[in-house]
Amino acid sequence: MSEVVDSSTPLLEFRGINTHYGAVHILKEVDLAIYPGELVCLLGGNASGKSTTLKTLLGMVTPTTGEVVLDGEVVNDKPTSYRVERGVTMVPENRRLFKRLTVKENLELGAYLRNDDGVESDLERIYEMFPRVKERLNQKSGTLSGGEQQMVAVGRALMANPRVLLMDEPSMGLAPALVQTNFELIQQIHEEGVAIFMVEQNANMALSIADRGWVLQSGRVVLDDTAEALLANPELRASYLGDGNR
Amino acid sequence: MSETMNTDDAVVLAPARSAFDQDWRKIVNWGLICALALIFVSLTDMPDKLDKRVIVEPLLSMGYLSLIWIPIALGNFVTREVVLEGMAQHKKGLRELVAGVSVGAIGGAGLALLIWLLDTRDLSDPLVNWNDALLEVLSFGEGVGYGAIFWILASAGLGLAGGALHLLPAIANRLLFAISLTIVLSASLESALDDISEGFQLEWLFEALFEKKGGLSVQGAIILAVFAIAWVLFLGGQAKRGRAAVAARRELSPTKVNTVGLVLIAVAAVVLPMFLGRLTNDLLTNVGLFLLLALGLNIVVGLAGILDLGYVAFYAVGGYTAAIMTSPTSPGLSPELPWWVAIFVVVFMAIVAGLFIGAPVIRMRGDYLAIVTLGFGEIIRLTVRSDWASGFTGGAQGILSIPGADIVGIATVKGTDPQQVLYLVIGFVAIAIYVSWRLENSRIGRAWMAVREDESVAEAMGINTVNSKLQAFVVGAILASFSGAIFAAKVGSVFESSFKILVSIVILVIVIVGGMGRIAGVAAGALVLVGILGGPNQPGLLAEFSEFKLLIYGALLIWMMLKRPEGLIPNVRRSRELHQDEFLQDAWLKAQADDDDDEAVSGEAAPA
Ligand SMILES: Nc1ncnc2c1ncn2[C@@H]1O[C@H](COP(=O)(O)OP(=O)(O)OP(=O)(O)O)[C@@H](O)[C@H]1O
Ligand SMILES: [Mg+2]
Repeated sequence: MSEVVDSSTPLLEFRGINTHYGAVHILKEVDLAIYPGELVCLLGGNASGKSTTLKTLLGMVTPTTGEVVLDGEVVNDKPTSYRVERGVTMVPENRRLFKRLTVKENLELGAYLRNDDGVESDLERIYEMFPRVKERLNQKSGTLSGGEQQMVAVGRALMANPRVLLMDEPSMGLAPALVQTNFELIQQIHEEGVAIFMVEQNANMALSIADRGWVLQSGRVVLDDTAEALLANPELRASYLGDGNR
Repeated sequence: MSETMNTDDAVVLAPARSAFDQDWRKIVNWGLICALALIFVSLTDMPDKLDKRVIVEPLLSMGYLSLIWIPIALGNFVTREVVLEGMAQHKKGLRELVAGVSVGAIGGAGLALLIWLLDTRDLSDPLVNWNDALLEVLSFGEGVGYGAIFWILASAGLGLAGGALHLLPAIANRLLFAISLTIVLSASLESALDDISEGFQLEWLFEALFEKKGGLSVQGAIILAVFAIAWVLFLGGQAKRGRAAVAARRELSPTKVNTVGLVLIAVAAVVLPMFLGRLTNDLLTNVGLFLLLALGLNIVVGLAGILDLGYVAFYAVGGYTAAIMTSPTSPGLSPELPWWVAIFVVVFMAIVAGLFIGAPVIRMRGDYLAIVTLGFGEIIRLTVRSDWASGFTGGAQGILSIPGADIVGIATVKGTDPQQVLYLVIGFVAIAIYVSWRLENSRIGRAWMAVREDESVAEAMGINTVNSKLQAFVVGAILASFSGAIFAAKVGSVFESSFKILVSIVILVIVIVGGMGRIAGVAAGALVLVGILGGPNQPGLLAEFSEFKLLIYGALLIWMMLKRPEGLIPNVRRSRELHQDEFLQDAWLKAQADDDDDEAVSGEAAPA
């Protein structure tokens, strides 16, 4: 996590991306750019294509047209492993731990592609970050509580030593009290220099910690602005931020 | 049977319930089950066919055993209660006896009905065993009335005995169980024991226990019973303590204990075959061949989670490749390579076949994959048999006169010498165990488990899921092909009929019964299924059972799935996985409690 931050070229970029599932057109001419060390978020209603955006960034879904660019290189036809090796890592929707494997095994799988010798020290770092996780190393991850699972999911992703963390609705299914803690955790990871690309339903909270954001509607980017501007945007306030609650 | 009785002094027992304070509905249900089981077993003709296999001469044969265990077991089960902490327990008494007797009597009445029907109706059309011979066995040749009354009384008596087990203290139950197990197991192993005792110069012992014409003598049964009692009372305790000591040591130095165990097994593997006779060596060779197959399938199904039902294909590839490469009379190609050179070709062909079958099916999931692999298994066999391939494979005529296995020119393992073949098999099994063990604890092993658990997340972690599944498929294919190559050298010929679907199924049953993903369990499964009951074409120790092999396999499989999904020798992890519901429930409750805590804490913190 000690990469030189070169903030002039985007770390990860979409150039005119179109993604289809079969004949169904999901992402439409999407342009995005994530710069090193940024914390950005993607907002949008259900089925607007947020998860699809993440999967396309990671290479689990191949776009029909357009370019996915990693460090200035077009990586459309590179496999997921290529991108993971270069620091792109995802915390999947609903955490999706390997339920029948132990906590330790989950964490080790996060570092699957690494063969540097920082793995051990990174494990220690995660134990420090989540003392709870350390206590449960040999427990099956499926038997953890939701909050603990979130810790392991984040820990597993950090084990890949990422430069950018793609988080798909990290606060989904967490108790309200934990949501706050979770955002604090995200900020903490961000402060250590990891860029964060976060998909969230909880727009208010997400924007309050983010630098920038996009709003996706039926697969199209309809808003692209700084977080403050988005928070102030009356249109957005009406549709996503539940104006009046604040 | 033994665990039902809890005579711990600490438990306060409520007074026994009255004999007629019964759940009659339950009794009738169990009684009907008993009747159906007795009728079913009779109609499979086990009592007649297995009558020749004597357990204790002249008291008991396997044939009658196939009937009498039913009322005993069911008479016992009917009043079995799950005792949980804090539940009121009643003293056992007349009530248990009455229930047992009733279940037994209803069962006996069912059998009596069958006897009467056998005499008066002819249902031999759908029921092939519906004949006078069965009637004769069931009524002891004394007529319908005698048979009917005998079975009602006998079955009631046996049910009573089953119920009475509840009244005995736990230790007595344990003793009875140990005695029955020792006697039945010794009788089952008779021919192997005969063989072994010869090797160790212990014929006198064998003659003391067994009758010349087969079966234990009464005297032998008593000796074994005394031995079993001594074992439970004295040695059993000591063995347990020894094991505990080993376990305690294991905490300290796991490698040391493992090494000791491994060395012991290795020494046994080298020394034992010298003392065994032809029969036992041959039997163990069959066990080894199936163990090799099962270890391979264990990687494919147990670790990587790919349910391959056509696994026999790779066994066939190994067998045929070895045959074509080594046999001088192979019809098409006949390079007459020495066996150890041919084995490289075998591995190569296994890899090709693994990729050829694997590549198209590996992208499918679950049930689709299972069905398609099932098809491929048959396709390979039918191809071998077809006119198109018969120029190389000999079609239905097969390939004959395969010389034994030549080992690097040092020694030739003759297929006709079971001891040599056994050594060869042991060598390959050792390799397979080592490979399985290393792979399981390696990076690729972890990738397999990740793919098994959640393929798309595994992909997101950077695992190339298609490649790692293909690797599992190919490793499995190679192990199976070794087994096939040894099989060809052992038998000296290959025919397509040795590679039917049943082989795939038997291997899968071994893996499941043994406990998926567990090497020791798979070994135990191979020993019990192939060694005692017999493989698909290979007789086991209970040769008389070969007709009922599949029935017993099936029953065993169902019972395992219901009662012990973790296999014969469970590993802690798997058993937790399979009883996960309970764990998840616990975890959920715990999580609820934890969350409440969190909320309470932050609730206080928030206003500040
Ligand atoms: N593998 C797939 N095959 C076909 N359609 C898919 C597939 N995955 C997603 N879709 C469809 O694509 C659309 C966008 O899905 P996506 O998961 O990206 O939505 P989302 O914005 O993440 O929604 P949510 O907020 O509910 O998670 C949905 O209509 C969904 O049904
Ligand atoms: Mg989504």
